[in-house]
This record gives sequence, C-alpha cells and structure tokens, in this order.
Amino acid sequence: MASINTTSQPVTANGHVNLAHSPVQDTVDIGSAAVSITDLHKRYGDLKAVDGLSFQIRPGEIFALLGPNGAGKTTTLEILEGYRSRDGGAVSVLGFDPQREATQLKPLIGVMLQSGGIYPTVTPFELLELLNSFYPNARQPAELLDLVGLTDSASTRYKQLSGGQQRRLALAAAIIGHPKLLFLDEPTSAMDPQARRVTWELIEAQQQQGTTIILTTHSMEEAERLADRVAIIDHGKLLTLEEPSALRRNGGSTVRFSGPASIDPADLAGIPAANEIIAKGSGQFVIETDDPIALLDELTTWARQRGILLDDLRAGHETLEDVFLRLTGHQIRE
Amino acid sequence: MSALIAQTRMEIRLTMRRFEAVLITMVVPVILLIFLGLIGLAPEEYSRPVDFLLPSMLVLAVMSTGLVGLSIRTAYERSYGVLKRLGSTPLSRGNLLLAKINSVILVTLIQIVVLIGIAALGFGWRPEGNLLLAGIVLVIGTATFAGLGLLLAGILRAETTLAAANTIYIFLLLFGGIIWPAERLPGAVSVVSSLLPSSAFATALRDILSTGEAPVTPIIILSVWGIAGILIASRTFRWE
Repeated sequence: MASINTTSQPVTANGHVNLAHSPVQDTVDIGSAAVSITDLHKRYGDLKAVDGLSFQIRPGEIFALLGPNGAGKTTTLEILEGYRSRDGGAVSVLGFDPQREATQLKPLIGVMLQSGGIYPTVTPFELLELLNSFYPNARQPAELLDLVGLTDSASTRYKQLSGGQQRRLALAAAIIGHPKLLFLDEPTSAMDPQARRVTWELIEAQQQQGTTIILTTHSMEEAERLADRVAIIDHGKLLTLEEPSALRRNGGSTVRFSGPASIDPADLAGIPAANEIIAKGSGQFVIETDDPIALLDELTTWARQRGILLDDLRAGHETLEDVFLRLTGHQIRE
Repeated sequence: MSALIAQTRMEIRLTMRRFEAVLITMVVPVILLIFLGLIGLAPEEYSRPVDFLLPSMLVLAVMSTGLVGLSIRTAYERSYGVLKRLGSTPLSRGNLLLAKINSVILVTLIQIVVLIGIAALGFGWRPEGNLLLAGIVLVIGTATFAGLGLLLAGILRAETTLAAANTIYIFLLLFGGIIWPAERLPGAVSVVSSLLPSSAFATALRDILSTGEAPVTPIIILSVWGIAGILIASRTFRWE
C-alpha cells in the first residue's frame, strides 16, 4: 500500500527515503567557501525563523535558495547581507562577519531587494550615477543602462517605469560595484518571458566574470536554468541541497495525470506499483513509482474500472517542482 | 565625485522634486512675512515690525525645511526600502545623515535670500547688528532642526512622522516664540516656551540682528537641542 501525500502533509513509505527527515550534509571546505553558515539561529519572539541552518556556497557558483513563503529565505539573506543580527551560529561572508565587519564587506557585495529600494522620483541614470560614486572602480551608468536595456528610459522617473524595467534597474544597481558576491531576491518577478530570458543571460554573464550569486526564486524554471546547486528550506531548516539534476534523480520516476477532483487519493494508493501519491489539487495527481511501465498498466486498468478519463497522462521524471512539493508539502506559488 | 557630495546632490534633488513640500516650505514663511508685515503685527518695542518678523520667518523657514520636509522625506524613503538598499552600499550612516543636513542647509539658504529680499525691498529692512554671528546661528539652528527631523523619522512610521512633524510645526509656530515672543506668553507657558528650540533660535537671531550682541542663554539652549537631537538621531537611525 502506497502512502498518500496531500499538499499539507508529506508522507512516504515503501523504502522511499524521505529527505525531509534525514539530516542534510554538505561537503565544501569551509575555508574556501564564499559563504559559510554553521548552525544559524534566528527567532522573532516565539517564531523560529531560522532554526539550525548550515550550508556553504562555493566561490563562483549560482546558489538558489528555495522555500515556501515564511520558510526563512529572506531572513537568511538579510543576515548574510548584514541587515540582521543572528541569535546563534557562525556566519562568514567572503571571509567577513557581516554583523561586525560590515564596513569591509559592503564594497564587495551587490544587493537586489525583493521590491522597492529605489527613490520613486529619481531616474535610472541619476540613481546609477549616485551609486557609481560609492564604489571603487564602479561601472559607468551609461554602460549599465545599455546592458540592461534601459538606455531609452534613462531619464524616466522610477515610478513611471514598468515593473520589469524597475527590476532591471535594481539588477543594474546591484552589479554596479563589480561585486564578488551578488544577492538576488526574486530577480525576475514582474518580468515578461522575453525580459526574463535577457535577465538570465545577464546573471550568467555575471557568473562568468567570477561573481558568486545567491538567489531566491519562485520559478522552478529559473532555478533549473541558472542554479549550480539548489537548497530547499522550510521552517528555517535545510531540507536538501543538491544540483538540480541530482535532486530530480532522487525522486525517481513519476506518472502524472489530471482527472475529476473527486478522486480519493486513498483509492489511488491501492495501486500496487504506486509508491507515493501527491495530490496537487484541482484534480492533478503525481504518482511516484519504481516501475513506471507497471504503474501505467495498473493505473489505466484502475481508471477503466471506474469510468474515469485520465487527462494529460504523462510518465517521466520528477520535476524540481515535484521535489519541492514532496519535501515541503507546499506548492512553490501559494 | 565623493560619496558625500553625490549623496548631498541627490538629497537636494529629492527635496526639489517633492513639489508640494517645496511649496509649503517656501511659500508659508513668505506669505506670513508679507501678511504680518502689512498689518504690522509685532510687540510694541519694535518700531519696525519687520525687525521682529524677519527673524521669526527665518526660523519658520528653517523649521519647514529641516523638521517637516526632511523628516517626512526620510520617513518615506524608509518605507520605500530606499534606506535599506543604501544600507547595503559602502555609503556610511554618517555620510548619509550629513548629506541630508547639508541639503537642508543649502535649501534653507535659498529661503533666507528670498525672505531677506522681501524684507529689504518691501519693508525697508536694512542689515544691522552682526551678520557673521547671525549666519553662524542660522547654521546651528538649521543643523538642530535637521537633527530633530531625522530623530522623528528614525523613531516613527512614515504616516506618524507626517502627522507628528506637522503638529509640532504648528505648535512651535504658535507657542515656540515665532509668531509672538516667548516672554510675552502668559505665566508658565512663557517659561516652557523660552526653553523650546524655536524660541531660543528666534530670540538669538533678533538680538544679534538688532544689537549685534550674541545672547548666551538662547544659544546654549539651541545648541543643547541640536547636539542632543543629532546624537540621538544618529543612535536611533535605522536603515529599515
């Protein structure tokens, strides 16, 4: 009998390793890491925002931090950026303690906040001209505006720019000082697909220049495309840390379909080849299996007996989104 | 260009772009100077009302730009996340606060020129007393009200800052020795009023511009407000 995983309660059985309950180890040498976090704790009153988090980020990699809303992503980023104090644990960012050595650290980092952060009445050129004066060997405003495609809007006030243009300006502002470490908090939110692709290329180009990048995102496509490694956190704890391809292999094979929302997952769990049922809501189901061929046979028989039409029936590997759902019990977008 | 100069330029630009704020900053002291000058409102020891009114309106102008304009602008910068973003750059907190105070001093300078021009051309005011000393006191007063503005913005939310700054502005205009001298207010009110920064500022300016002598007590009171305001502001100022 397979276990049932609804979006609110992950369960596993049949020898399936539940990563959520196994401690995740990471094997980077702390001395060479761009960022190193060991047993980090941060609480707000009774809420444990970060609860014993440990990981290292390698120099030059793009590191994606994923988690449901409230998982502790932004708190972790803000501790690394030096905005917040920590309650416990050790943090090293480019060899500095962001809390006590902020002055040495700030010239070396670039920050793109999740939203805002720019004077509403100021133009892109004026903002970049200002930031240019803060950093040694900063990039020139005109060059950056060209890079992010804002040359034509150089003298439009920030509040009159489109959402995507505002994000691109925030990105340009983040890289003006040739940062060694770049923090990108949902860099492509509010962008259309075209602007998103251009931004991905910009981020990759930044990596090719040797910048280490830590990003949070709600887009699995973005994590798959950009990230060298993906960390999934929830309730302030690290659930897994892997290369995207390794994460998917962990999940094994899946069969997915949509059908009537009235299907009872417990009924599906009776199918012998099913290891785990994930009910994604609105009649969408993902079944994990070690034997996809047997599962397809049994599933179609099961459906025929009940007169159910299986829409969009697909067999394949688990997507990053499935991994996320399985580990956190949440959809990435909620 | 150094970070401090660039940030000061930005602060001036931001001041000028908040049109409604510039309007109240520039226009209210000018209108009051003309109106009160025309009806000749001043204590009887002033043979020319403008000798009383010009220092009053200089203090009001400084208060508008420093206390009201700066605190509201800064509080909204915080709510827009701008200060947070600047907090991750190498710009130091000291340079940011200094740039803000610089911008207030420069914008105030324009107001001073306008007010003196109106007083001279419209009401026959002529420079008397010690102008250098008056200039020094104006700088101290401007830094004081800028510091108090930053203090407000540092401890209150944006909407609360807006309400508090405007309330304090009206209160000081009426009871802070601007529209009427502190010593002429009734009883205990007079004592409290004379300890307020606006009273001390206005009294010092009036004395210096009429007698050329710098009155010690008001300058000490003003300086204490200034030093306390800037010190507490720089301690309590948060990037977020």
